[in-house]
Amino acid sequence: MSNRRDFMGIALGGFTALAGGLPALYAMKRSWDPLPSVKAAGFTEVDLSTIPENELITEKWRGKPIFILKKSADMPQDPRDVVAGGARYHVSIGLCTHLGCIPAYFPGEKKFKCACHGGEFDASGKNTFGPPPKPLVIPPFKVDGNKIVLGEAGPEYLEMQKSGIA
Amino acid sequence: MAHFEKASSITEWLDQRLAITTVKKVMALEYWIPKNINFLWAMGMVLAFTFALLTISGIFLLMYYQPNVDTAFDSVNYTIMSEVGFGWLWRHIHGVAASVVFLIIYIHMFTGIYYGSYKKGREMIWLSGMLLFVVFSAEAFSGYMLPWGQMSYWAGMVITNLFEGFSPDIAGGIMNAPGLVEWIRGDYVPGQAFLSRFFMLHVLLLPLVIIGLIGLHFAALRIPHVNNQDGEEFDYHEAAKLYKEGKTKESKVIPFQPVFLSKDVFVLGVYLIFFFYLVFYHFNFAMDPVNFDPADGLKTPAHIYPEWYFLWSYEILRPFPKDPGLIAFGFAQVAFFLLPFLDKSDTVAPANRRGLFKYWFWIMIVDMIVLTVMGKLPPQGIWNHIGLVAAVVFIALFVSLPWVTKNENRA
Ligand code: HEM
Ligand code: FES
Repeated sequence: MSNRRDFMGIALGGFTALAGGLPALYAMKRSWDPLPSVKAAGFTEVDLSTIPENELITEKWRGKPIFILKKSADMPQDPRDVVAGGARYHVSIGLCTHLGCIPAYFPGEKKFKCACHGGEFDASGKNTFGPPPKPLVIPPFKVDGNKIVLGEAGPEYLEMQKSGIA
Repeated sequence: MAHFEKASSITEWLDQRLAITTVKKVMALEYWIPKNINFLWAMGMVLAFTFALLTISGIFLLMYYQPNVDTAFDSVNYTIMSEVGFGWLWRHIHGVAASVVFLIIYIHMFTGIYYGSYKKGREMIWLSGMLLFVVFSAEAFSGYMLPWGQMSYWAGMVITNLFEGFSPDIAGGIMNAPGLVEWIRGDYVPGQAFLSRFFMLHVLLLPLVIIGLIGLHFAALRIPHVNNQDGEEFDYHEAAKLYKEGKTKESKVIPFQPVFLSKDVFVLGVYLIFFFYLVFYHFNFAMDPVNFDPADGLKTPAHIYPEWYFLWSYEILRPFPKDPGLIAFGFAQVAFFLLPFLDKSDTVAPANRRGLFKYWFWIMIVDMIVLTVMGKLPPQGIWNHIGLVAAVVFIALFVSLPWVTKNENRA
């Protein structure tokens, strides 16, 4: 008798937990998700033609800083470079791949240095020193003549993705 | 329905309905405290009182604070600080208390470790205490976001990034779930969604959890009773009987109220003089100057460091490459939870009478201080090396504890 009651208790309790608890958890999880309006945060277009060589330009895309560095002829080329209008650019999300501080660019040393924990990157965004585990991240981009559109994946970006650079 | 006589006094009326005499007896008049303790045993009450100060000052701040990325900074730095009558008082009490509470928590924790008050029946006191420490840390961090200054923003950025799958290529990180950081933030970067939800955590959810945990912590003290300066075990029934028979000199215990409370209140008084001295004359130590610049997502401050009470664990994260750093940091967060289980000795006694553990305790204290100092210094040159050594020592201390304490049982 008491076994039967235990069973009923467990079955009812279990059912309530599943039927009420799981959907409630799901609803809570969804309430913490970024809003559609946040996710739809559009595209940013940048005109590259006016950018001087070896001087860091910072744009904003989805609230994050975007580094654009036009390479001079004496700076080493890299498969990570974005080529537009015959010139080479380093384009990346300007957040340290360690814990997300914004590294600063030193044109003399041609290096990015992160003040937070001492990480360093070369002018192609590759990590060369300190805790950062990988190069600066390349955002989805599309080359359009002398312009670049951030947030849209063009053929050059897809190519980089395939070879594991981006 | 139960039968009720007509009451002849308010006390009797309440007693019939709420049994207040019994409650008072159980909770206070016959809650027995050992005589053989010192002022360090008052730290728990000091903490409870500081939590009350935080709650009261917080309620007044809440009346003018605006959890909005455009207005938060001014609502604190302008409205509360210069428009609201005595607004500065609540802010300084809140800021100083948030910092000092950690000083007292550390003293309270290290007292527990020194006297061995975390084992042989007192494990639940220790575990509930550690949960309080973790939730207090979350409470302090979420509160730090609210003024929406540069340190708020960048501390929010760096700490939420700890949950990132920035490096999906390396086996794990600690939590390698792509999108988890965006989920926590409700955005790609800390923004309005982030501020609102940390506001909710800071003023509602976490305080509720803290209150519940304080209840659990107190309940956990009830059966084992507090420890004493010699780790002595004695019969509370017998000691209480002696006391009630009037042999107060011979008895090893005193009642919580009024005898122990009067001592507690004395220590609390000394503490409050120190506390309000800080509030009125030295509040600046609790206010980071960098946080008086409004948040700017396109400019990292030159040097990011957390508040002093997080420096030691931050320093354990810093000298390693990313993923090992995260693992070391995660270890530091849980290491103290494991204390009752890593300590293999049956002896409850002050550390100085416990053989090797004596050295373990003092090395641990010195190491935590070194880590704290290194965490504040910029990550350069020799400081990096000292920080690395101190971080390795910390981990080694906890890994070696079972062997350090095992031999005590034989002696
Ligand atoms: C802010 C939150 C806390 C409050 C309000 C609080 C309050 C108290 C109180 C009133 C006592 C009894 C009096 C005393 O021995 O001091 C106590 C004892 C104790 N607490 Fe806490 N505590 C807090 C946090 C912690 C933390 C973070 C730990 C460490 C993990 C801890 C560990 C202990 C231990 C081990 C004892 C027993 C001491 C003994 O038996 O001698 N508590 N606490
Ligand atoms: S965030 Fe750049 S090195 Fe840590």
